[in-house]
Amino acid sequence: MQQDIKKLKTEITSAITASENLDTLEEIRVSSLGKKGSVSGLMKGLGGMTPEERKEMGPILNALKTDIANEIADRKATLEEVALNARLLEEKLDVTLPPRERQQGSIHPISQVMDEIAEIFAGLGFDVAEGPDLETDFYNFTALNIPEEHPARQMHDTFYLKPDANGDRKVLRTHTSPVQIRTMVNKEPPIRIIAPGRTYRSDSDATHTPMFHQVEGLVIDKDTHLGHLKGTLEAFLKAFFEVDAVTLRLRPSYFPFTEPSMEVDVQCSFEGGTVKIGDGNDWLEVLGSGMVHRKVLEACDLDPAVYQGFAFGCGIDRLAMLKYGMNDLRAFFDSDLRWLRHYGFSALNIPTIAGGLS
Amino acid sequence: MKFTLNWLKDYLDTDTSLQEILDTLNAIGLEVEDVTDPADKLGAFTIAEVVDAVKHPDADKLKVCTVNTGSETITVVCGAPNARKGMRAVLGRPGDYVPGLDVTLALRKVRGIESNGMMCSAAELELGEDHDGILDLDTDAPVGESYITWAGLDDPVIEIAITPNRQDCLGVYGIARDLAAAGLGTLKHPATPNIASNTASNTIAEINLPDDASNACSHFIGRKFTGVKNGDSPDWLKARLKAVGQKPISALVDVTNYISIDLGRPLHVYDADKLKGNLQARLANKDEKFTALDDKEYTCNGGETVIADDENILGFGGIIGGLDSGCTETTTNVVLEVAYFDPIRTAMTGREHNIITDARYRFERGVDPDFLYRGLSIASQMILDHCGGSASTMFEAGSTPEWKRTVLFRPDRVKTLGGMDIDASTSTSILENLGFEVTDGTPLTIHVPSWRRDIDGEADIVEEVLRINGYDNIPSVQLSDTNRKAGSTLSLQQKRARAIKRRLASEGMFEAVTWSFMRQKDAALFADTTDTLIVDNPISSELDYMRPSILANLLQAAQRNHDRGVENMQLFEVGPVYLDDSEKGQLLVATGIRTGKNTARHWNTDVETVSAFDAKADAIAALEAIGAPTGNLQVYAEAPDYYHPGRSGTLRLGPKNILANFGEIHPHVLKELDVNGPAVSFEIFISNVPAPKKSGAAKGALHVSNLQSVKRDFAFLLDKDIAAGTLLKAIKGADKNVISDVNIFDIYEGKGVPEGQKSLAVTVTLEPSKETFTDQILDAIAEKICNAAKKATGATLRS
Repeated sequence: MQQDIKKLKTEITSAITASENLDTLEEIRVSSLGKKGSVSGLMKGLGGMTPEERKEMGPILNALKTDIANEIADRKATLEEVALNARLLEEKLDVTLPPRERQQGSIHPISQVMDEIAEIFAGLGFDVAEGPDLETDFYNFTALNIPEEHPARQMHDTFYLKPDANGDRKVLRTHTSPVQIRTMVNKEPPIRIIAPGRTYRSDSDATHTPMFHQVEGLVIDKDTHLGHLKGTLEAFLKAFFEVDAVTLRLRPSYFPFTEPSMEVDVQCSFEGGTVKIGDGNDWLEVLGSGMVHRKVLEACDLDPAVYQGFAFGCGIDRLAMLKYGMNDLRAFFDSDLRWLRHYGFSALNIPTIAGGLS
Repeated sequence: MKFTLNWLKDYLDTDTSLQEILDTLNAIGLEVEDVTDPADKLGAFTIAEVVDAVKHPDADKLKVCTVNTGSETITVVCGAPNARKGMRAVLGRPGDYVPGLDVTLALRKVRGIESNGMMCSAAELELGEDHDGILDLDTDAPVGESYITWAGLDDPVIEIAITPNRQDCLGVYGIARDLAAAGLGTLKHPATPNIASNTASNTIAEINLPDDASNACSHFIGRKFTGVKNGDSPDWLKARLKAVGQKPISALVDVTNYISIDLGRPLHVYDADKLKGNLQARLANKDEKFTALDDKEYTCNGGETVIADDENILGFGGIIGGLDSGCTETTTNVVLEVAYFDPIRTAMTGREHNIITDARYRFERGVDPDFLYRGLSIASQMILDHCGGSASTMFEAGSTPEWKRTVLFRPDRVKTLGGMDIDASTSTSILENLGFEVTDGTPLTIHVPSWRRDIDGEADIVEEVLRINGYDNIPSVQLSDTNRKAGSTLSLQQKRARAIKRRLASEGMFEAVTWSFMRQKDAALFADTTDTLIVDNPISSELDYMRPSILANLLQAAQRNHDRGVENMQLFEVGPVYLDDSEKGQLLVATGIRTGKNTARHWNTDVETVSAFDAKADAIAALEAIGAPTGNLQVYAEAPDYYHPGRSGTLRLGPKNILANFGEIHPHVLKELDVNGPAVSFEIFISNVPAPKKSGAAKGALHVSNLQSVKRDFAFLLDKDIAAGTLLKAIKGADKNVISDVNIFDIYEGKGVPEGQKSLAVTVTLEPSKETFTDQILDAIAEKICNAAKKATGATLRS
């Protein structure tokens, strides 16, 4: 019996070793360890044995079964490895082929710069206010102390819509100052807002377009003065242009809606055809500003004996041009894909104080 | 406003440098626009003496000159016919730049003889036209010295911008006053000559104005001059006018132009022999005509302030004179007009007739109403000095308008409004230097001078003190901290606009910003147009209507790109559209288009034409980005007329609230806009998306089951015309507790499916909550699904 077992084991082992593929190996497994297999058949014989025989043959047969199973498993692993290696040799890609494109769009520089400005002023306690593009004469001019005969009210500067049945007609706002008026009319001070948005003037050349974008700022409370205006503008320009320091030059100027009024120049250099803000020997005009005019406060029903504050305004498109180096404003509105790709921003590039503003 | 440095020094006694004067002008609000300093260009050229001049041995037309530069003797080869021994000439040396030739001189040999420089002609130095010979200076010209200094040509020309409130600085004298107040020197006042005469003028002025326009010309004075000779002005006067860009005409005209620039006081002179009767200021009647000094004929609208004689209009008062009554070289008798014209009427008349003159520029800003007598006296003396003749006594109509004004001033407002701590006595002295008078008291009373009509409140006084003291000295202060919660900077709509932009850009779309206006004809494709949205004075006929939709602009932008060879465009804009001219009629709409194919041709990708489903996916992605409940959206197969009627729809919450349109653009619209299709688009009405109900940041606990979810597939047969959405909705509602997702993975019509029907293959995801599904439970759910499908759509299971 034991001789037969030994012989059987030798046969099976040599068959396993000789097997060339997994199918053959599986056949060997079935014919030996399967339900009707040779080893299984022997195992079944244990049932008919005496306890003594069983005691003797049990371990031998169990060892046979285990050994065969292990040998099959080892051979299987070897054969699988061979098969895998053969498959890997077959599987070959030309990895230099271009992959499927992930389409990438962009954010327009005006949106990006508006987000940058909002981020900076959020840190200074300002809210972002908005108002309609089609304004009344009162909000766009009268409340801002711009009298009827002022040149800004002329048809060649300002776009007007056709009058309605009552003879009233809207004007396309020439600045976002009417948002300041609306805010002062509707809200008790303290007020801190910036008002970004579309503005319109009848003008067209490389730096003027009939539609452009402005951001204005307004602070109204009881004690804000010109020093605060200067400090705020310094903080803004420093953050916006991402420089360690800016030097401002304030020039007395004139606007109907502010008194005192000033224009703000920032120190810069024009070396190599690009503007560098922060140092240099030149000055670049960037802002108009001043203390809100008494008559403007009165037009908004605020008592100028109690309330005061500052206002400023500048072109968003102009700020974008200075920071990012575009030289023709008209291209902002032309939707040329080459321009949008070159000057646009990744959707994920959200300006933050922590992550940077460019 | 242009003037020269020496002209300024007529009124400003100062030793300060040009640069310091320029810096101060900027600092006090007189912005320097340009400075031309002849010394920059010609400062290097010196006066030299030609000691000897002999013919060049190898060239007939050249001379070899021995030149004394003042410090050495050099050889210069010169081709000028007038070069000769003993003359004084203007010499440039190697390294000097000759502007008229645009060359920098170098040491060089001319036909074998080394030339150490160049003697220059007027043309070569851009000092005149003459290039026939070199400049031939007086024999007493000092050898070795700077030519332009000796010739008096080293007077820098300064151009400044004057803000509309500073009419007082439209004369050199006023600028000097400001600079003196800023500490740059001492103000020198113009002398007021006494014009002696005992002959009355036989031409006088009258003011004939109605009561409601009596301020049109409130004061009109003048004199008549007889026996004048209207020749050339003296050289110094012509030089100054030329330096500031004015063309000298004749002595009489030059004097009026000069005083306008010098003192900011416009004047007018009439040829007395061409006048018929007296001068009068009156309002024009409609359709009266005259020809002005610019050779144009003007027809009055009626109501303009004019100066007329007994028969004709002579000119618009304070704007322009008439051609027929003007002075010429033959004029011998002259009437001089010095008048005060109302700023607003002057501005209106100038604008109505589109006349821009130096006189209008000054009168519409408001000249000094108290300077008429002095202006007359100064002008009279100049006329007598340069044209001879004799003057009449003054004639006068009207009187000086009331100009005296006081402003109360609390000196601490310089600190509390201006942010600069300046004591009362410093403020007072600044104001006095500017010509204000200060009366003590609490507060101080400030008397405003006649030339400062812009000053009408305390803030103006603060500004005067600040600007003279220097804005740059104001210390920077930071605003106080506000106790504000994060996230309150932006409104909900602003946050949504941002989110949509960034979501769409990550979907491969490019953000555009296009005009708010468009062509009315194109607008009519998208909405019924209304008159109140027509731009009355458009910059072009293409931009004459406020857009009711952004689509046309984007489609046309895409076409421009197609024309440049771009095949597929993906553009969006988040911006306003206008339904009417009211505040509520302006809506914020996110609009996007895709044209051409959904992707570029690629070896491993199926390229398909863009479809309504691309636009629908964009719309849903954008709506998801702003927190719209996209799971509850109802899809209606109807959209505005500018969409393809069968390939478009709307996404709604409830039957009336439309959140978005999507679909293919109607081929007719594409044709009208001249855009090549195909194009699909979406429009998202941001304000229609309901505000989130939830408050607070917490998202609530997450309940997840460890039990395995199960997928079951069904193939339904139903009528071809029944919307898939109806089936999906029915299945979703069959057992809401367990059905977590339903999707269609195949649509089939054709062989094996009865005529008029379609097969929809649906996969349903079932999520057990308490215990694993048994076969019985699964069968029960499947039955519910089939029943619901059948009930809603008549669908049967495909066998």
